[in-house]
Amino acid sequence: MKFLTTNFVRCPIKACDSSPDSFPLKFQDTTLIQEEQDFNPQFIAAMLERLDWPAVVSVASDLGNNSLPSLKPENISWEDQENSQLLKDLHTLLLETKIVEGKMVCRNCHHIFYIKESIANFLLPPHLAS
Amino acid sequence: MSSRPSKEVIEKEMESFNTIETPVLKEELFVHKVYDEIAEHFSQTRYKPWPIVEKFLITRPDYSIGLDVGCGNGKYFNVNKKIWLVGSDRSEGLIKCATKYNSGLNNDAIVADGLFLPHHDNRFDFAISIAVIHHFSTEERRIEAIKRILSKLKLKTGQALIYCWALEQENSRRGYKEGMDQDILVPWVLQKKQEKRNKKEKVGVKDETVKESTTNQQQQESKELETKMRYYHMYKKGELVENAEKAGGVVIDHGYEKDNWWIIVKNA
Repeated sequence: MKFLTTNFVRCPIKACDSSPDSFPLKFQDTTLIQEEQDFNPQFIAAMLERLDWPAVVSVASDLGNNSLPSLKPENISWEDQENSQLLKDLHTLLLETKIVEGKMVCRNCHHIFYIKESIANFLLPPHLAS
Repeated sequence: MSSRPSKEVIEKEMESFNTIETPVLKEELFVHKVYDEIAEHFSQTRYKPWPIVEKFLITRPDYSIGLDVGCGNGKYFNVNKKIWLVGSDRSEGLIKCATKYNSGLNNDAIVADGLFLPHHDNRFDFAISIAVIHHFSTEERRIEAIKRILSKLKLKTGQALIYCWALEQENSRRGYKEGMDQDILVPWVLQKKQEKRNKKEKVGVKDETVKESTTNQQQQESKELETKMRYYHMYKKGELVENAEKAGGVVIDHGYEKDNWWIIVKNA
């Protein structure tokens, strides 16, 4: 699972639907790899606007990266040369950082979901899938 | 040399399908398990995007964010590079294919249940669900599945394109048509795997006659073993629109393409 995707997944258990703690998930015991992807600054700037930034900071911290600013960089034009390093860094974080192994824990119900061989699995055991 | 099972075999399978107590278990045995088993082979036959799906994806505003619910091998991941989507599928085998074939793309794929999607409500610009909802084995669950997709879309602007198999497909070789039972089992014959296995069997066998008979026997056995039945609910004209409305959606557009009914739906 790519880092970017962590911003768009939460606990699927019905009882957690209304809990703010069902997102972001807490990532534990992770193994990461960097996988090169084509850099499109316009794409990254557009995604940045849609990201839940506190969740980005939280997941980055789970993965051992505490260097992100606590406030979301605003009004980032992709055409502005000044932003090119920022967008490049975000590209590396969001699209090139892949979680290959690890656990995702719901902060509300504490259910653990697993990532194995890069694939995040959100299936529920029968007693929770009703 | 058709290895398609006879009508009697299919009817017998249908009988055992009907005795399974819960819809969850029916789908587990006659949908999920089958897709996991046929994933590789199935995936090789699913690469051509359908025109209406392609058009829907191409006409999304740049940098839209969406879901592909029941994405299979991710054959729609590569249609429009200016959108971003998360694909999900109940079959881990298919998600493995999706990840393998689309590793250079920004899009991502996860294993999830369509009735328990691990996403925020009201956040996504669009969703597609192509040839998926017809695998849920009760009308209640099919409506619920549409409801789940709608719940993930942005309230006013989010749109979903949904495709389901049509009962009315008289021009296709399968010959399903009006008046037939809408709940059916469709055989999938795994030929590729079988060939491979036979080749392996030959290796190391010296005696020609022994080789012949073992291979034949093996072939016959594996042929029966490799026929997998998938459950489908074939939609009749108007039914998908009706289901979507019962799910609380407003149908913006709908039609028929390649033996399937399709709708574009949004939240009311």
